[in-house]
Amino acid sequence: MSAELISSRPVMDAAAMRRAIERIAHEILERNDGLNDVVLIGIRTRGAPLAERIASVAERVEGSAPPVGYLDISFYRDDLRGSLAQPVVQRTEILFDIAGKIVVLVDDVLFTGRTIRAALDALTDLGRPRAIQLAVLVDRGHRELPIRADYVGKNLPTARAEQVVVQLSERDGADGVVVGRLAAGKKSKPQPALEFGPNNE
Amino acid sequence: MDETMTVTETQKKAQSESGAVEVSGAEQNPGRLRIKHLLGLEGVCREDIELIFATSRSFKDILDRPIKKVPPLRGQTVVNLFYEPSTRTRISFELAEKRLSADIVNFTASASSVQKGESLRDTVKNILAMKTDVIVIRHPCAGAPHFLTRATDAIILNAGDGSHEHPTQGLLDIYTMWERWGDVKGKRVLIVGDILHSRVARSNIWGLLTVGAQVAVCGPATLMPAFVHHIGVEVFTNLDKALAPGADAINCLRIQRERQSSDFLPSMREYSRLYGIDARRAASLRPGGLIMHPGPMNRGVEITSDVADGENSVILDQVTNGLAVRMAALYLLCGGQAPAKEEGV
Repeated sequence: MSAELISSRPVMDAAAMRRAIERIAHEILERNDGLNDVVLIGIRTRGAPLAERIASVAERVEGSAPPVGYLDISFYRDDLRGSLAQPVVQRTEILFDIAGKIVVLVDDVLFTGRTIRAALDALTDLGRPRAIQLAVLVDRGHRELPIRADYVGKNLPTARAEQVVVQLSERDGADGVVVGRLAAGKKSKPQPALEFGPNNE
Repeated sequence: MDETMTVTETQKKAQSESGAVEVSGAEQNPGRLRIKHLLGLEGVCREDIELIFATSRSFKDILDRPIKKVPPLRGQTVVNLFYEPSTRTRISFELAEKRLSADIVNFTASASSVQKGESLRDTVKNILAMKTDVIVIRHPCAGAPHFLTRATDAIILNAGDGSHEHPTQGLLDIYTMWERWGDVKGKRVLIVGDILHSRVARSNIWGLLTVGAQVAVCGPATLMPAFVHHIGVEVFTNLDKALAPGADAINCLRIQRERQSSDFLPSMREYSRLYGIDARRAASLRPGGLIMHPGPMNRGVEITSDVADGENSVILDQVTNGLAVRMAALYLLCGGQAPAKEEGV
């Protein structure tokens, strides 16, 4: 994935990422006074493994893990007719009721805020949570909507044309965050290949 | 009057234009279809079919939610243009469109200016002049949807054209198998009935061959089109011989009384005895085998009631899946018609 970027620089290594996730988990526990009614929902694709990691840290600290769900926001995007690459729609898997819960949305990069806007709409169609909080690994600025994160792994000043690529060992083989520019002709970051079969994700 | 001429002339060309084109940049964009319109399954590539299936699965999840509606087609207008009677397909398309938040206009030929002699091209031009985006069309003439792709800029979905194709029915049938089995490749699917007049059979045959299934067709020799002998499909006129190697799915076609001139079949009773699926014949299904029917059923003619309601029957699953597959096709086709303009993430 980073091979697609030119003049890229690493901004977070595996150890830094681990520490950031630990801190986010502790902040969630502190702010919500434990895990009572807290559920984690990872936004596909890379918010999903991040939510699992936060949950496993919380389990180590509190002795029990919060429920984890996965949200695909494709049907709520505002750029269906735009020129950007569309990722393959994945399944939303939230096997618990979110009504009355404190939902912590988890995503890898907070940029324009449009993904989060779509996720808020998607959650509203699933139920009425008591509160929604937002945890992101990287906040790179350039917001286009009035949205901010409650928990941030790293604030990363970037140029608008730059790309921030989060790599997670679950999907990409190794942990790390790199910033760079796309090689000419590439309009957006490559999307995961279509996975085919009713049960694989 | 010269409209039918144009339809047949333009059919081939339109198919090559819109059936399987636009491969450039497709590798970079796995979430977009290569086809621009859904006219038939002939020529639609495996990747597109798989993308529609993967997307259908997500839409099926939405159908189980308390709020069964998502917003991606908000602000777009879909015209359902039905020149032939239809209940199931029209309701299914209409519900799919509503659940994608599209605005809908329903048009039935019997209650319109068609009665006053307006041509298909003029009807559609007039409807598009009211700023509509998508047309779902059912028409008695094969090739009518292809003709529309040349006459208009709208996204066209074929909801059945004459005896030619009914692609969403083919997709939902194959999706139903795919959902049950995980993979359709190598499975033996037997299509029984009036293959000659059946657009459902044609769409199933093309789609199943593309995804690697083993396709067999069986029906009276008078109702067997010539083309099936040249496309790698097993052809039978004796149902018991067709069932002898076993089958993973039997798709019973409806005997279309409205398309039968009296010469094809001696009697319904004889048809039922020779080609009807009863419990004895259904017993030759392989384990996990499926009984399918595109509806509406003539119980006691092509299928007996005990088979239609039996444990192998997925006939009602097909109806539910039809909704999900049509939502996926509409969603993906609308996303694929991208005006070239730059936007932020």
